[in-house]
Amino acid sequence: MHMADALLSPAIGGTFWAASAGAIAWCAKKVQQGLDDRNVPLMGVLGAFIFAAQMINFTIPGTGSSGHIGGGILLAILLGPYAALLTIASVLVVQALFFADGGLLALGCNIFNMGFLPCFLAYPLLYKPIAGSGKSRRRIAIGAIFAAIAGMQLGAFGVVCETVLSGISALPMHTFLWAMLPIHLAIGLIEGLITASVVTFVWQARPEILDCAAGAHPQSSAPITKVLICLAVAAALISGVCSWFASKAPDGLEWSIARVTGQKELAAPLAGIHGSLAGLQEKTALLPGYGFRNSGQEPAVHLEGQSAWPAVDPGATVAGLVGGGLTFLLIIWLALVFRKRRRAA
Amino acid sequence: MPTIESAFFELHRLDHLAAQDSVIHRLDARIKVLIIVAFLVCVISFDKYEIAAMLPFALFLIVVLGLGGIPSGFVINKLILVIPLAVLIGLFNPIYDQQPLMQLGAVTISGGWISLFSLLLRFCLTVGAVLALIATTGFNTVCMALEQLGMPAVFAVQLLLLYRYLFVLVEEGQRLDRARKLRSFQGRGLGMRAFAPLIGNLLLRTLDRSQRIHLAMRCRGFDGAIRTCRLRRLNSRDVLVLVVAGGVLFAMRVFDGPSLLGRFVTGLLA
Repeated sequence: MHMADALLSPAIGGTFWAASAGAIAWCAKKVQQGLDDRNVPLMGVLGAFIFAAQMINFTIPGTGSSGHIGGGILLAILLGPYAALLTIASVLVVQALFFADGGLLALGCNIFNMGFLPCFLAYPLLYKPIAGSGKSRRRIAIGAIFAAIAGMQLGAFGVVCETVLSGISALPMHTFLWAMLPIHLAIGLIEGLITASVVTFVWQARPEILDCAAGAHPQSSAPITKVLICLAVAAALISGVCSWFASKAPDGLEWSIARVTGQKELAAPLAGIHGSLAGLQEKTALLPGYGFRNSGQEPAVHLEGQSAWPAVDPGATVAGLVGGGLTFLLIIWLALVFRKRRRAA
Repeated sequence: MPTIESAFFELHRLDHLAAQDSVIHRLDARIKVLIIVAFLVCVISFDKYEIAAMLPFALFLIVVLGLGGIPSGFVINKLILVIPLAVLIGLFNPIYDQQPLMQLGAVTISGGWISLFSLLLRFCLTVGAVLALIATTGFNTVCMALEQLGMPAVFAVQLLLLYRYLFVLVEEGQRLDRARKLRSFQGRGLGMRAFAPLIGNLLLRTLDRSQRIHLAMRCRGFDGAIRTCRLRRLNSRDVLVLVVAGGVLFAMRVFDGPSLLGRFVTGLLA
């Protein structure tokens, strides 16, 4: 599943954007170092191949439904992790821009979930050790299956974490996990079987292709330390963001601030970066009162007891509805004007 | 979920739209990318219970789409195709989030419903914004803009090549699929067993193709970089647009326009 922009908070989106941009820059450097400019068209065309392969559905035994290949692990096996990450990222960019599958800000998350995790965890930790030097058909197949399943599980786990941390969806973590992981176990198994059979087909028909992929990137098995360092950094970033968001849960701090200052939130200057990050601050608020806060002009002074919900302010509600309705009408009117203009043109 | 076939039909349509000429089309692509990113950040930074304050952003989007000559039907169709995902995730909000947030006469509206509508609205806005960018700019120009904004050159080349061969390979995939379906009776041969050799063959053909492409590129002096002759300089108009649009977006994010409007109107009536 692709993350959508709408499910993200800026902090999570930004964190993963930074991580993925770093990964892309690093991989771009690696690919450029190892170039062989033959790889340039190869990566481009293989990216397009993924779309072509997704045109062809197969029926899934036992269910009657049909599926198509995802292709992440297949690319990693064919190209090695660095070039594969770039290729997967490019596929995701096209999907985000043209198919509205994922979004621009969610690209970071998607590249991380579907590119980084399979290429730099599942591939080197599972496929490489199991498949070895690529001399045995069975080992290649088993490696591909396990890597695909692991990649899919990690990706699904990533989606759940990112969604829950963003806090736009009210879905609790464990429920979401219970929904996502079993489904993606099945998807991963099918993906693994398909990948394994395609890879063994290629291996039988033209073994030099796989040898070439394995040989051209000897580093793919080596830099486990680097990968671990990257992961540690990512984990630190994520946990940093987590702890930031965790402050949403214990009201204690907020409550004590309220006791101390007589305000629900510490009034922050709303200009500059504070303004643009207001969404973040609002998320740390005790309860996001829907009193149509006037951008902080009224610093929410009512000090309710811990058990009570924030007082529903009918005046603000009406104002919000009227204003919202008027804006909505304005939108419709403008759309009609433009439509008329287009017709006339 | 849209079928991939229809999605590819839309691809041609998007390319067609991007080839038009309008005020928005003539803007520098970098400016457009920056404005769209600012737009997206503003929209997703809203509180999850916010609806009304987000509406001005729809206004902004409508103006951009209108000036760019993008038919609203096209955008709405696209939204309808992809919105089930948002609904699927959002539908859990009313179930899990039942704290009352709004009182309309006798009806109490829970936070979950409000956040569901907020989620759908921000979904429409973010998807619409990305569509507006690509439909008024075109993929190649967006790639070049991203490269000028600091994306690694290798990745830009990758995107350009991918897009160039997308159409060729997808048509090949479609042909294979059609041929297989025509030869299949009662769904036989559509399973996984026949699928792997089919895809494997497509893969081998693709690899051969990439080798031919590489040789052809070498013959024409390819050295790992794709050069373009249309490097535009930013003119003062572009900068002005960026400043104005950025200012408008910032103002819309900071001031809750509809609420102010509502207060003003109810104040007049009272």
